Amino acid sequence: MDHIRTPKVENVRWLDRLTPRRIAVGTLYLSSTHTIFVENSDARKETWVLHSLVGSVERLAGTPAGCPLLVRCKNFQVFQLLLPQERDCADVYASLAHLSRPERYGDLYCFSFQPNLDKEERERAWNFLDLLADFSRMGIPSNLWHATPANHEYRVCDTYPSELFVPKSASPAVIVGSAKFRSRGRFPVLSYYHRDTSAAVCRSSQPLSGFSARSLEDEQMLQAIMKSNPASEYVYVVDTRPKLNAMANRAAGKGYESEDHYSNIRLHFVAIDNIHVMRSSQQKLADVGDLRSPSMGDFLWGLENSGWLKHIKAVLDAGVFIAKAVAEEGVSVLVHCSDGWDRTAQACSVASVLLDPYYRTLKGFMVLMEKDWVSFGHKFSHRYAHLDGDPREVSPVLDQFLECVWQLMEQFPCAFEFNERFLLQLHTHVHSCQYGNFIGNSQKERKELRIRERTHSVWHHLWENRVEFINPLYRVDHNQTQGVLRPVTTPYCFKFWKNMYSPVERGVAMRLSDCLNAVREESQQLEEELDAHQEVPRETDAEQGIHTPTKHACLETTLALYPHATVPSHTHKLGQPSNICPPFLKNPRVLKLVTPP
Amino acid sequence: MTMEFSEHIKTANVDDVVLKLPLRPALKGTLCVTAHHLVFSERKEEGSYQLLLLLRSVDAIEKSVENLLGYPQYPSAGPGQRMTGLSGSSGTIVIKCKDLRILQFDIPGMEECLNVASSIEALSSLESVTELYPFFHRPRELSLSEPWGLSSPQQQYAQTERLWDRWRLSKVNRNFSVCMSYPRTVIVPCAIDDITLAKAASFRQGGRFPVLCYYHRSNGMVIMRSSQPMTGANRKRCREDELLLQAAIDESEMGYIIDTRSAQQAQQARMAGGGFESKAFYHHWRRLHRHLERGKVLQESLIKLVEACGDPSQNMDRWLSKLENSKWLSHVHSALSTAGLVAECVERDGHSVLVHGFEGTDTTLLVTSLAQLILDPASRTFRGFLQLLEREWVQAGHPFRQRCAHSAHSHARLRQECPAFLLLLDATWQLGRQFPLALEFSEVLLLRLAQDAYASDYGTFLCSSEQERCALQVKENTHCLFQFLLRREEREKYVNPLYEATDLAIWPSVHPQSLQLWTGLFLRWTEYAQTMDEAREEIWTIVKERKETDRPKGCAHTTLSRHDSFTNVENLMDELTVL
Repeated sequence: MDHIRTPKVENVRWLDRLTPRRIAVGTLYLSSTHTIFVENSDARKETWVLHSLVGSVERLAGTPAGCPLLVRCKNFQVFQLLLPQERDCADVYASLAHLSRPERYGDLYCFSFQPNLDKEERERAWNFLDLLADFSRMGIPSNLWHATPANHEYRVCDTYPSELFVPKSASPAVIVGSAKFRSRGRFPVLSYYHRDTSAAVCRSSQPLSGFSARSLEDEQMLQAIMKSNPASEYVYVVDTRPKLNAMANRAAGKGYESEDHYSNIRLHFVAIDNIHVMRSSQQKLADVGDLRSPSMGDFLWGLENSGWLKHIKAVLDAGVFIAKAVAEEGVSVLVHCSDGWDRTAQACSVASVLLDPYYRTLKGFMVLMEKDWVSFGHKFSHRYAHLDGDPREVSPVLDQFLECVWQLMEQFPCAFEFNERFLLQLHTHVHSCQYGNFIGNSQKERKELRIRERTHSVWHHLWENRVEFINPLYRVDHNQTQGVLRPVTTPYCFKFWKNMYSPVERGVAMRLSDCLNAVREESQQLEEELDAHQEVPRETDAEQGIHTPTKHACLETTLALYPHATVPSHTHKLGQPSNICPPFLKNPRVLKLVTPP
Repeated sequence: MTMEFSEHIKTANVDDVVLKLPLRPALKGTLCVTAHHLVFSERKEEGSYQLLLLLRSVDAIEKSVENLLGYPQYPSAGPGQRMTGLSGSSGTIVIKCKDLRILQFDIPGMEECLNVASSIEALSSLESVTELYPFFHRPRELSLSEPWGLSSPQQQYAQTERLWDRWRLSKVNRNFSVCMSYPRTVIVPCAIDDITLAKAASFRQGGRFPVLCYYHRSNGMVIMRSSQPMTGANRKRCREDELLLQAAIDESEMGYIIDTRSAQQAQQARMAGGGFESKAFYHHWRRLHRHLERGKVLQESLIKLVEACGDPSQNMDRWLSKLENSKWLSHVHSALSTAGLVAECVERDGHSVLVHGFEGTDTTLLVTSLAQLILDPASRTFRGFLQLLEREWVQAGHPFRQRCAHSAHSHARLRQECPAFLLLLDATWQLGRQFPLALEFSEVLLLRLAQDAYASDYGTFLCSSEQERCALQVKENTHCLFQFLLRREEREKYVNPLYEATDLAIWPSVHPQSLQLWTGLFLRWTEYAQTMDEAREEIWTIVKERKETDRPKGCAHTTLSRHDSFTNVENLMDELTVL
């Protein structure tokens, strides 16, 4: 453990930023994968923080009480550590800074994470989802669409999966020619086939059209897509970029399809901003969630200023447009952005969720994630900074998709088989690198990393714990469960995703401190009385729910008590490496987890 | 129908009227104007739609007519509107209701349209209380001899034995001569006689001297309310008022006065003869100021919010800035925070509290009733909540007649309108959302109350005080809404299927992230609210199914949680955040 100079520090204070008056004292352990805090209290409450979830560590100015470290997690949890010794603080800082930014894939947690599964079980877990089965579930007519071997061995496009579906009338020459005319060879392929109308959702990257270039094969490819939907006379080309950005790309020899060259297409721009805009927007949003005691005005202003909900609306609107075209007009759609792995993935998967009730089930949603995101080469490792790399590649693209689904769940409480907790858990796992599913940037890369042999699959794990993720209001025969979902996207339908962006708020404690602070300003004497008072309740109410029993606890409190992380099912594996395994494994009930083990 | 009403009705019936309602296809039928209602019947043999709209619930009416004699085509005619008749003119009436619903009637014939519009204008704003519909509403299943109201101060006193050694019932106001807006009986400290009370009353605005409104059983602390003391510019004092407050607490105790005005407002009030309790004269009372908006500011806030919700723009920035600009959620926030502070003083710190602002009829009641919801499990039951409203709003003299004269759409010049009661319902909804099991009633009840406070078949929210109600014989001549809602077949519509009583206080989170727009009210007539209704039905189905499966086991009173895995309840509670 070269990077862990101080594996254990005693008398550390742990502070949640939103409840600064509640301080736990305990011992801090550093393992190669987790930071573990064990409280000195009788309950020996444990908090585990996976290093790969740590977004940033910051050293704050020292105080007489100790040296503070501020840790921000990628799932928006924030906590502060107060270490008694300057030297320990520097050591822990250096270790965390290093451990949270691995440089090689081999250093990621998934390669050392060993749940209790034998080789066969592991393989079965990896085979839990079957994408080809999903394509046949869609009811693709074999006379119009077929699987092409063109990309076996990733010959045509190294960021696409090897199995692809294309119009049957598209010859190999058309495929290859079209791929040459598309950014990174990402030619138009089938993403979703809508049986009711025979219309399809296809995806690609932008064409290399520049100002005048054209490709006969690419034009034929679009023609083939149209022909595979016998009833329709045109195809929508949905460019998910703002039109100005798309035009700017033409100067670089890229761009969008010209309606002059492609007969029978209708171009439609949906104006989703690029990854850099989204990154800074989310940062502003997280800052809003982080505010300590904002007024309602501060909060709403911050929400508006972040622009976040505007972007969420744009993504949802793109999905709604596609779903309408497919389900109501019966017209096939080709979706692309620049490279076709960010905004395209968002728009296609939102449309799929709207179009097909199967994708609103727990397993169906996993399939959709695996199809539109994992297999089609969404760059997980780049976007979610699994490795130390270019910060300009990082962007909350998947976060936005998950949030669109959450916004839909808020609007249609009975439509989804899974609940919010599932989305939050999924979000955490995309960042945690505990399972292999989201490692790397393409199927090819995962194959080279031998992910299936060396790591475990998260889908099976989530499925095994599905009882926690089931929405009780979901019923197969409910009308919200049936058919196409038609959401209202008026701005008032969009809400701040509190449990994502303000995950540590404790309702009771927060309110108390608000009141107390205000009272203090007016009455010094009252403060002293209250101080004497609050010693007792503060220890109990927020932490053990004694003040208010679970079921009556304010929801905020409940969420704090039962965080979205699952209670460990493989606890005995947690403490590795064993040489610094802290002495608490007899107490497997980990109350507060930043990551699920 | 009396002569007065018929004077207002020049055209009682119009055929071929097209009605456009939110979320429904346009309907064609006959519109009929009666003394208190608009009746629309679809012209269809079977399953025809009928609309019965209480005229009192009309907040604003907009009419436009076209006289296009000689033109065969009517370019502005909307879809579904086909002119019949040969009058060559038509008109459209848009009705904006106090419950925020908007309907439109397309009426053939300009004259008919204008007649109907002027009838609606006149009949929706009748001045005399006794002309209003509650005085005519006579459903077969109710009898006027049934009790009116749920409880009285006498009953409240009689039921709280532990009050008896320090508090007494006073009839000093039996003729409403001491305080026009108080009920005949009030609960006051035993040590204070009626003469002292009368003197203290003369020192308080509108005679609203401090009275008890809540007794906290676990520690004997109380919440009282009053209006501001009339200290004036030269700091008058009143021994009797001081004695009254001193008698409410022990020598050794400290009480808190929560003033719902800012310190500056309280200072300024002295110039107008009002004021605040000076520390020098009220030794054992500590004053805290919590500024709550009131009156016109609150009404304008409501108007802005409703305007924002009706804005069809797709621009997110515009919506968020309008939402912020309306300040409605800030008012909800302040109301809950202040009530939380009162509750905290009582429960956590063991102090008695006096709440007042200016008149003590609006923000004061908002704070005292919310504090009771937080503290008192009894007020969270169906009956208990209605009793709370009766005690703290109806009997305590909230001037419903002025405050709820108009809602958010009215073009009339604002007079004394103020949605303080609506704000209470909103804050209660926030409590219910944060504690899905704690309230025995559901959002549906809050919506019903929001509607009836502005226009009702029942007499409960008529008038502004008990005195007025007595003078107009409201209790003798109208039915009581609360009694009606408690009837078994009604009650079922309004209860929360997940309710489980708890003896504990429910401390709401007032972090801005925890407070939400009450979509059930403000987006009630949109598709958005529809799916919420479906979800609510689904919860009912789940609960009923569970009760069915439990019955064979012989459990008469089963609850969801007891027979369900822990996780399932957790999951259900998560879902409830949206409802």
